[in-house]
Amino acid sequence: MQNNAAHHPMEKYLRMDRMPHIWCSSCGLGTIVNSFMKGIKNAGIDTNKVAVVSGIGCTGRVAGYIKLDSYHTTHGRAIPFASGLKLANRDLTVAVISGDGDLFAIGGNHLIHAARRNVDMNVICVNNFIYGMTGGQNAPTTPLGAYSSTAPYGNYEQPFNLVGVAAAAGASYVARWTALHFHRLTDTIKEMAKKKGFCFLEVVSPCSTVFARKNKGGTGLDILREYKDRSIIDHEADPQKIPLGMNGEIICGVFINEDRPTFWENVQKGIEKRVVKTKNYKVIKNRESVV
Amino acid sequence: MRISDMHGEFFLQGNYACAEAAISAGCRFFGAYPITPASEIAERMSYRLPQLDGVFVQFEDEIASMASILGASWAGVKSMTATSGPGISLMLENIGLGMMMETPCVVVNVQRGSPSTGLPTSWGQSDMMQARWGSHGDYGSIALCPKSPQEYFDLTIKAFNFSEKYRLPVFIMADAVVGHMTEKVVIPPSEELELIERKYTNKKGDQYKPYECCDDEFVPDFAKAGDGHLYHSTGLTHNEKGYPDMSVETHIKLVNRLINKIRDNSEEIILLEKRDIDDADVIVISYGITSRTVIPAIEKAKKKGIKIGYLRLITVWPFPEKLILELSKKVAGFVVAELNMGQVALEVDRCAKYCTTKWLPHPGGGMHSQSEIIKAIEEVAHAK
Repeated sequence: MQNNAAHHPMEKYLRMDRMPHIWCSSCGLGTIVNSFMKGIKNAGIDTNKVAVVSGIGCTGRVAGYIKLDSYHTTHGRAIPFASGLKLANRDLTVAVISGDGDLFAIGGNHLIHAARRNVDMNVICVNNFIYGMTGGQNAPTTPLGAYSSTAPYGNYEQPFNLVGVAAAAGASYVARWTALHFHRLTDTIKEMAKKKGFCFLEVVSPCSTVFARKNKGGTGLDILREYKDRSIIDHEADPQKIPLGMNGEIICGVFINEDRPTFWENVQKGIEKRVVKTKNYKVIKNRESVV
Repeated sequence: MRISDMHGEFFLQGNYACAEAAISAGCRFFGAYPITPASEIAERMSYRLPQLDGVFVQFEDEIASMASILGASWAGVKSMTATSGPGISLMLENIGLGMMMETPCVVVNVQRGSPSTGLPTSWGQSDMMQARWGSHGDYGSIALCPKSPQEYFDLTIKAFNFSEKYRLPVFIMADAVVGHMTEKVVIPPSEELELIERKYTNKKGDQYKPYECCDDEFVPDFAKAGDGHLYHSTGLTHNEKGYPDMSVETHIKLVNRLINKIRDNSEEIILLEKRDIDDADVIVISYGITSRTVIPAIEKAKKKGIKIGYLRLITVWPFPEKLILELSKKVAGFVVAELNMGQVALEVDRCAKYCTTKWLPHPGGGMHSQSEIIKAIEEVAHAK
């Protein structure tokens, strides 16, 4: 069946023995996976030292298709799992790739605290405004008034502005792109892979199977055209003031890129205060016994 | 003295003994969340781990602390968390993930009075079934019950060994009394400790299948993140490659292995203290702190001429089913004293096909009186 013409250009970085994948045609995830691997490659990082952690949902399946050490964990808990992985082996580059429901509803608490702690990791949130895998239920990102399986009269709830939440929680790096911005997305992933601290990237992504169908959004191609028309790149934008709605501008860019001491750097500072390092072992200052 | 090699005789609180044992066992990652009566373990670890280049993180909740120790274990570092009943309730989903992904780690439950918030500062043993069946689904479970700070130390070492050998989260089921009790604890020099380490694969790259059991072993060889195997691990039902596989054949094979790796090795895992059980008419079964009220009651009842045996379950899960069945052929009955409303007593009753089982339930916060234990022993002996 295989011939050279049919080779996928990224097959070195994908688990080709798991193809075909489960995602719908016109889903943004294929582009995002492609972009992620290209970004990692462009960053020049040894792929043996990159780990991906996902939660549950459509985006949760990313870990299963990427050819890296990858973990498909429980719903909402990818970030604490990744925190353990990263802090126990600081040589790893750890990325969390998961959906808006996973990271901001069930896992919201972990996201804000990992950002506050500034754990050195890259969180990529694929935002399709809905719970895709379970059949189109309301998400914390579903725009006010939009329809979903559990909002048959339109959504009553004010949605989260994801970049605003990440920025308010203290993320060192905050960006937003759509799945249409392939090259900018790739550059941002490359930049995040090299950057220390908690980096957050929102990728607005089409879901033609449930979100667009329930909201008369058209085909995958229609959605990408809409992204093209609605997107404005503004790196200077205040992440608090650029919520997404059913209509209106989609402000994209890298809004925050700061250097803040990471969790581990602060731990090291704290230890130096209390522990004197000698050649082979450590002795606590002014303290003979440890009990 | 090297701090990592801290050894000698100490007057130590139980929870500190547990933390020191974890250090001695090589634990270098602790995911914490404060809760009475387990907080001293976290406090001690926050003090000790930074001295040893270990990692201590106080997370935002118990869900995160449990998930984090799984992640740390996959980085190749021995890891632990400690909590009490309410915290375990929050951890259970990720404990199930640990069972499914076969992740070595240790979970300490310093039990308090339950259900719900219950008696935060008092003791109980009412989470015993939670340690067996708490997370959804079928899986083998290991739970160890210390009765003293010394045993808390020893069993923490054992818990790490079992977790490394059988690749699963292992429970230490302590309670508020053992956790807060201060007694003599002997910490042996590190070279005298028997430590078991997980078996890492020799295979390179694609040759390695993360869930393939080679050479009739009951668990697959381990590979940590960053070693170039580029493997996948998931909480979904998975095949030997670690890939999701929704076929019933794969599911049957996997779930059976998760159960049988414990069941088939239960002889080695089950630790018991037995006294005079061979010619007893009545055997009193207890575990953890309860065993310390049972012993003096037995001594008193013996003076009344009753032949009494004493069986202490150091390992509660897996349960010594065969032993209870065999003993039930010889004795008039069992008396089971525990600080819950019959969780282990019902297990004894299930296995004791040929004799009676007398429960001594107590919801915790107090202890059994010696007179009620003696009365129960007499009832069983006279019913013979």
